[in-house]
Amino acid sequence: MPDISALPETLPERRELTTVPRFSDKVFRGVVTAGGFVSLIVLGLIALFLATRSFDVFRMFKLGFVTGFNWDSGDPDNGITPILGIGAMLIGTLVVSFVGLVFALPIAVGTALYLTYYAPYWLKKPMTILVDLMAAIPSVIYGLWGFFILMPHAIYWAKLIHKYLGWFPTFSVPLPIFERSPFIAGLVLSVMIIPIITAISREVFSQVPLDRIQAAYALGATRWSMIRSVVLPFGSSGIAGGAMLGLGRAMGETVAVYLVLNLYFLPNFHVLFSAGGSVASMIVTKFGEAGSLELKGLMAAGLVLFIVTLIVNYLSNLIVRRASRSGR
Amino acid sequence: MTTQLQNDFSTMKPNRPWRPTPRKMVEDFLVIAIAAVLSPIIVQFTGLAGVSGNVLTFFVLSLVGSIGISYSRQGRKAVANAVATSLIYSSFTLVMLPLASILYTVISRGYQSLRINTFTQDMSLTQPEAAFDQGGALHAILGTLILVAIASAISVPLGILTGLYLTEIKGRAENLIRFLVQAMSGVPSIVAGLFIYSIIIIGSGGHYSGFAGALALSILMLPTVARTAEEVLKLIPNDLREAGVALGATQWRTVVMVVVPAARSGIITAIILGVARVAGETAPLLLTILGNNTTHFNPFDAPMSALPLYTFNLLRTGLNTAISRAWTGALVLMFIVLVLFIFARLGSGKKK
Repeated sequence: MPDISALPETLPERRELTTVPRFSDKVFRGVVTAGGFVSLIVLGLIALFLATRSFDVFRMFKLGFVTGFNWDSGDPDNGITPILGIGAMLIGTLVVSFVGLVFALPIAVGTALYLTYYAPYWLKKPMTILVDLMAAIPSVIYGLWGFFILMPHAIYWAKLIHKYLGWFPTFSVPLPIFERSPFIAGLVLSVMIIPIITAISREVFSQVPLDRIQAAYALGATRWSMIRSVVLPFGSSGIAGGAMLGLGRAMGETVAVYLVLNLYFLPNFHVLFSAGGSVASMIVTKFGEAGSLELKGLMAAGLVLFIVTLIVNYLSNLIVRRASRSGR
Repeated sequence: MTTQLQNDFSTMKPNRPWRPTPRKMVEDFLVIAIAAVLSPIIVQFTGLAGVSGNVLTFFVLSLVGSIGISYSRQGRKAVANAVATSLIYSSFTLVMLPLASILYTVISRGYQSLRINTFTQDMSLTQPEAAFDQGGALHAILGTLILVAIASAISVPLGILTGLYLTEIKGRAENLIRFLVQAMSGVPSIVAGLFIYSIIIIGSGGHYSGFAGALALSILMLPTVARTAEEVLKLIPNDLREAGVALGATQWRTVVMVVVPAARSGIITAIILGVARVAGETAPLLLTILGNNTTHFNPFDAPMSALPLYTFNLLRTGLNTAISRAWTGALVLMFIVLVLFIFARLGSGKKK
């Protein structure tokens, strides 16, 4: 029998059960949310500051800044008005990135297929790590390697292509100068974006339902016909998204392209000829001796590059997400 | 009777009909050998030349050979399979080739001018064309360390907070933030440099400093840390969070004392990956820290140097000795990145 007299006269009040967060939790949530919004603030600030600093340029040259082919810092003392246009650089960026993608895409998809379906089991993991390692190599090292090691080989290949396919307009050259061409820059870029495309393709290939693979084998498919009829249709949008992501990376690449590409302010579609363009490496090239208006022009070029890469990245994320969401 | 049957089964050797028979192996070997012998001869008689010409001819010849073999063995359908297989194998080889070449050249060329003084002296009193036992990359190594430390101090807390927002708070803006973090990871490094230039260097009247460079690097580092931290925090089972709350802990105590410690090794991996991402960045540093030849500890007052910038600026001089020094800079940089990468791999490997 418990001793009733030992109990206090009045019981303590019932603790309140509530879902309202405590003060400390409110602080915590506030801090974490604020931290989460940093990316929004930073992106907004980048757009805002580049836009305000380059406002004068856009007011002076309007759309001509994006479509014009001339970059002349002018000479205000002698009455020569400056003309700033990055049209050729934009086209050059697209050409170089496209060349890079043409080489990188099949090789990266082939590598992803090898790592997923062909490599012996014990080799898979170390080889995957090696491919990932390529993504971690600094771009200045790619530039060094591209200039000193790849370029001599690439010039030889370029001459070979020119010799046998020179009748095709893209492979003709106005002058036999093959150094620092969009072709070579594209090759260096392709080496740099292969690990990205490979990683995303590998991710998609690993999600292919096993029962479908086995069904294809059971119907008598060879390994290749299984890949063609099951893996590639399943992974196609993932590959496309990875390619877009690689394209975005290639367009923003600066130092490596600076070292292996000869800048030229006219659109050039002869990919083997030593003249090309790249917005990012133009910024580095012109930065050192830029006057105040030219500097604003570089800010404007940076803004254009920022917007273009944002769009490309947005599209690639859209494609990748759709690919992984639809549970085909 | 039954026992004997069992014995028969247990001693039965599995025969693997898909294994290549000795005859097939001999045929495959012959094709490769013939291709290897023929390709130099063909190179001799045609316009092709050099190593790449040999490799190309060898590749085409062995491809033709394997097509022939598979056609004779299994008919037309096997040909597509054989072609695809050799293309896939060669695409993998094409990826490994540049990697091996990069590693080999950086090590072999960087080693030529690597001396003790690379780590103990700077270039303040040395011309780039001086002998290799004078001058070094001390200022650049120190600069990289200082820059990376400041960038980490800024973006590691913010990156982890972003990861926590995406996994713990799951607020209304979750999808927006996730999208923005991905968008941020695609921002070209030169744009980050331009941004910091326009906001800080212009704002302070043309005052280049290491701190500005660190800010530019932190912009590039933040999304890497945030995305990796999110991935790791996602792996923490919900039971742990519920257990914490059920014990009467508030959410912040649960997160700080249960969730984050449980994800510690993964978060360290996130930090290392972020550091490896920015340690080799050159373009933003060109516009923010400008480069310098003397050893500098104060990141706020004057231009600094960093390993990638040191390499790049020496390369731009075009002198042979300077380029050799640039290779050494690349070697040290590569070593740092490799070590970081290996640590990140070890950390993430233990997790699984």
